[in-house]
Amino acid sequence: MSRGSRRRLPWRMLVWLTLVWLMLWGRLSTGTLLAGIAIAALVTTTLPLPAVEFQGGIHPFATARLVGRFILDLVRASIQVTLLALNPSRTPSGAVIRVHLRSESDLYLTLTAELSTLVPGSLVVEANRQTGVLHLHILDVDALGGIEKVRADTLGIEARVLRALASDDELAAAGLTRSGRDERRVEQT
Amino acid sequence: MSWDVVLDIAAAVCFVFAGLLSLAAGVGVLRFGDLLSRMHAGTKPQVLGVLLGLAGYGLRMRSGPVLWTVLLVALFQLLTAPVAAHMVGRAGYRTGKVSSDRLVVDELTSDLNRAQQDTRRTD
Repeated sequence: MSRGSRRRLPWRMLVWLTLVWLMLWGRLSTGTLLAGIAIAALVTTTLPLPAVEFQGGIHPFATARLVGRFILDLVRASIQVTLLALNPSRTPSGAVIRVHLRSESDLYLTLTAELSTLVPGSLVVEANRQTGVLHLHILDVDALGGIEKVRADTLGIEARVLRALASDDELAAAGLTRSGRDERRVEQT
Repeated sequence: MSWDVVLDIAAAVCFVFAGLLSLAAGVGVLRFGDLLSRMHAGTKPQVLGVLLGLAGYGLRMRSGPVLWTVLLVALFQLLTAPVAAHMVGRAGYRTGKVSSDRLVVDELTSDLNRAQQDTRRTD
């Protein structure tokens, strides 16, 4: 599971699961805390997951930008789908496109895929972690301004995810800068 | 106007929009022509509808335990809805439920065919 090495205790997972337990109970007491820790320990030992590689840290400003933009996009995407659903005269022209992501990390691939399903008019049909390729279904190509626009939007989501979480090395490897100015244009093949 | 009234009105507004979005999601699932388009209706308006409903509930109840539960439900909704849509779309695609001729561009079918040829060659 963790490449032959002895597994360390998954501290983050333990803390998170205990926190979820406490949130479900809605109050902090010795009893709920102890029960939470016990259940978290039980879950992590009986159902172990492969460790997620994460070298970066959370950058507050970039994270705020990621979340803010996400909420805005979610509202926009919802309105768009709603209008399309309620408009009887319009038949959307769908498409399935391929987007090459820049980062190789599973975590960022997963986050980008999740966010791009929720936000612009796209939906992940296939995700390949070996090649870092997402296949997206687009509901209405014309409404979103064409296929290249959707590709650029998806790469934009990835860039915001990377700026929020990735380390400097990972950002540089993906050809991005922390501030987002003087961005390298990524050509699609 | 006291704070309670303001918060109640905000909650009411949230509930109305939550209802409208959920209705739109339902109409979309009925009206859209193919599997993948339907999944769009099942992810975007539906997720925002649930989030607004939860926000309305949190604003109306205004208590700690409710707030925490609402936060958890919102978080897991955001995490699981795209995965569910992805799994349905993927399964549909691989079992031939998605007809390529309804699409303007289809870069996955060609990619899958190429992958199949590659695996055959290595066998």
